[in-house]
Amino acid sequence: MRIEEHPILNFDKKKKIKFFFNGQSVEGYEGDTIASALHAAGVKVLGKSLFLHRPRGFYCAIGNCSSCLMTVNGVANVKTCVTDLEEGMNVEIQEGKGEIV
Amino acid sequence: MFEKTGIPSEEMIMGKFPSIERINKGAVAVVECYKEIPCNPCQTACKFGAIIIGEDINNIPKLYADKCTGCAVCLSKCPGLSIMVVDGSKLEETVEIKLPYEFVPLPKEGQIIKGLNREGEYITDVKVLKVLNPKSFDRTPLVTIEVDRKYLYEIRNIQVEV
Amino acid sequence: MKQAELVIIGGGPAGLCAAVSAARSGAKVLIIERNKDLGGQLLKQTHMFFGSEKQYASLRGIDIPAILISELEKYKERVEIIKEATVVGVFEDGVITVLEKEENYFKIAPKALVLATGAYEKYLSFPNNDLPGIYGAGAVQTLMNVHGVKPGNKVLMVGAGNIGLIVSYQLMQAGVKVEAILDAAPKIGGYLVHASKVRRMGVPILTSHTVKEAIGKEELEKAVISQVDEKFSPIEGSEKTLDVDVMCISVGLTPLNELLAMRGCKMKYIPQLGGLVPLRNENYETSVENLFVAGDATGVEEASAAMVEGFLAGLCAAEKIGYRLDNFEEMKNDYLKQLEELRSGPAGKHILSGIEQIVL
Repeated sequence: MRIEEHPILNFDKKKKIKFFFNGQSVEGYEGDTIASALHAAGVKVLGKSLFLHRPRGFYCAIGNCSSCLMTVNGVANVKTCVTDLEEGMNVEIQEGKGEIV
Repeated sequence: MFEKTGIPSEEMIMGKFPSIERINKGAVAVVECYKEIPCNPCQTACKFGAIIIGEDINNIPKLYADKCTGCAVCLSKCPGLSIMVVDGSKLEETVEIKLPYEFVPLPKEGQIIKGLNREGEYITDVKVLKVLNPKSFDRTPLVTIEVDRKYLYEIRNIQVEV
Repeated sequence: MKQAELVIIGGGPAGLCAAVSAARSGAKVLIIERNKDLGGQLLKQTHMFFGSEKQYASLRGIDIPAILISELEKYKERVEIIKEATVVGVFEDGVITVLEKEENYFKIAPKALVLATGAYEKYLSFPNNDLPGIYGAGAVQTLMNVHGVKPGNKVLMVGAGNIGLIVSYQLMQAGVKVEAILDAAPKIGGYLVHASKVRRMGVPILTSHTVKEAIGKEELEKAVISQVDEKFSPIEGSEKTLDVDVMCISVGLTPLNELLAMRGCKMKYIPQLGGLVPLRNENYETSVENLFVAGDATGVEEASAAMVEGFLAGLCAAEKIGYRLDNFEEMKNDYLKQLEELRSGPAGKHILSGIEQIVL
């Protein structure tokens, strides 16, 4: 789901970044946010709603709406749409409101 | 209807085309800007004073076909990509049409591609004569196609099969 | 506590222009930007801008931040930029609080503020509107044009305003199919040159249509659309089901106004401007002295207007704290004239009817 060729922009592949999603190894690229890397890997469901446990994806992708909150390296409620992907990151779907460390 | 669909009526289109006599004399712009918006780069781009918007940048651009040289500089400057250049002076049966085309892949010179109308429907095959994409066009390439004369007023887009 | 002359909250088009204008006037400027990069939403605008040369018309939005940043470089001895920092509070004594990189929390006491926080995308109510695959149109733009990731394979665009039309075009440039663009209004809201541009790519624009429901288990799989009557009620029997894995919601923006409200600026709900906006005078100063606003935070408009508002607010804020340019009046009148021009056409009438209600 990456754009290979674009008339205006240049998306030359950058350095690969390996990270973990719910324990599984996934690859993204430098310049990705956690959410963009997951989306490119085909992961659209980033969480579950608090009470009805409905699937949640991102909505605004610029850090406003909090629809993309996940647990990252054990820290709950990380806005994955504006958090840069880093090597070895441990990204998990969050159940409930998340534990405050 | 135009405001519901984005498709201009035949009457609107004909109102924007220079006379067939002018088209047959040589390359000339067709400025398909139908509605007032605050925008005037076409006027700024034209060195010949052939496109005039005037004091109020919301005015609809007016083409002075006698001053237009068909140089096509305005084509890659119009943010609405609403301008094309037509030239009926080359051959009896066909016209040459220059269109802005911001998609990949670009067609190749000599290639036969699909010609589309203003609704995006296929109407006829067209031959690509030239593809220009210099830096000064700022990533809005211009494609020159050769089209059967009878589609002069219909053709407005191309489709390059991947 | 950090002392500052002029703090600009937000480094998007309005904030950057305010910074350039204020620094040019001689004021010491501190820009606080939430993201890693300056430019705000310009960073994903691959299309050419409208307006006139003064508002960078015909340039692509993505190329404008570099121009403004190089303009700022000229005054670098009096420009400070803090990135990845969010202003979390604006208090009655004028002090603002900043959270930098989620760890460094500090206070600043500025002489004046320009608030240029922008806007956020509105939602639309329909059954299952929370399914993953349903995104703000701007979000899809970020995903594609900043990160190079396609949102999906087949898209339904909801909203035929400028954003809906432009993002549809950009989706096609990224190689994604747009099944249809729909809008509940009987007429296309965006510029018709944009509409013609997507229409001749074969994308139907369905006015007087709405989304009835989204269908999908974990993700969007289908969308049911229907025609609406003059009262925007769905017409029974006109439903159609589209196979789409992405739906973009492009039903307008609403100003990010929390900080203004927190500080106690007089606010008014103005639908034409996208929601709750601050009252302000001709100089873009709010009811709170030395608190200026610019850009979408003061009413949602095109980026060209946001930039001119930024230049004007920066100029006037600098003047207010003692940095008056010799040609201040001339500059100010030029910016006011540009705004008048941008708003004088049919598209601007609607905006002006809103602005009339908020000018102090």
